Amino acid sequence: MVEFAFIALTVMAISSAILALEAKEVVYGAISLAIMLMAMAGFFILLDAPFVAMFQIIVYVGAVAVLILFTVMLVRRDKWLKPPVSGLTVVGIITGLILASTFGLLLINSTLGSVVVSSGSVSFMLIGVELISEYWVALEVLALLLAVSLIGALTLAKIEEEDK
Amino acid sequence: MESALQYLIVSVALFAIGVYGLIAKRNAIRLLFSIEIIANSAILNLVVFSRYLAVSNVTGRVFALFAIALLAAEAVVGLSLILAAYRIRKDIDVLEMREMRG
Repeated sequence: MVEFAFIALTVMAISSAILALEAKEVVYGAISLAIMLMAMAGFFILLDAPFVAMFQIIVYVGAVAVLILFTVMLVRRDKWLKPPVSGLTVVGIITGLILASTFGLLLINSTLGSVVVSSGSVSFMLIGVELISEYWVALEVLALLLAVSLIGALTLAKIEEEDK
Repeated sequence: MESALQYLIVSVALFAIGVYGLIAKRNAIRLLFSIEIIANSAILNLVVFSRYLAVSNVTGRVFALFAIALLAAEAVVGLSLILAAYRIRKDIDVLEMREMRG
């Protein structure tokens, strides 16, 4: 059962990641990116981290994907419907294959395949206690960062076309 | 049969797809998609190692939560930068943005 779910999630994640980059309409790409983020949430559930999975769905699929969708609709142009074929595509494919084969061979030749699960699921309370007691400084800085990025985004979005 | 290796292979594949997108695409929105894909493969790595290797396996999950929140902030700022560039230039082709070239 777990194997079947893993295979299904893998197919979903990889194919929708490729589709997000290769779909002709950028809007379809954005929707397919949202599907890929949902598949990642599925992986987190398989890895006994349901809290991270919930966080992923709320923050990514709920907020970021919708934001990307609206921005895509705002900046849509017909030019991208027939993308120019360039040598960069070949360079990108070759670089990606080299990276994938290098890291893949490294991983397969390592001893990571025989590692057993160290422990099962942790309760939400433990995560909360760890956040507040051990990492409270990082939590405060993160809150500050979110506020600053919100203000920065509002300021940037107000930029009008310069008069020439 | 279930091991850390299979999740890490998926993570490597997503990372390679993201790097391909960063190199090959010219649309600024697609570059943002690629960054999101790469970052998600990194978050998957955090959760995998927190389950399989860590002694106290809360830490990796807490770091994954921090990473997700950071990426939300990054996406917001990136999208508003793209929006500002579109307002000024009427185009989001990154190869056409060469005002700052030396």
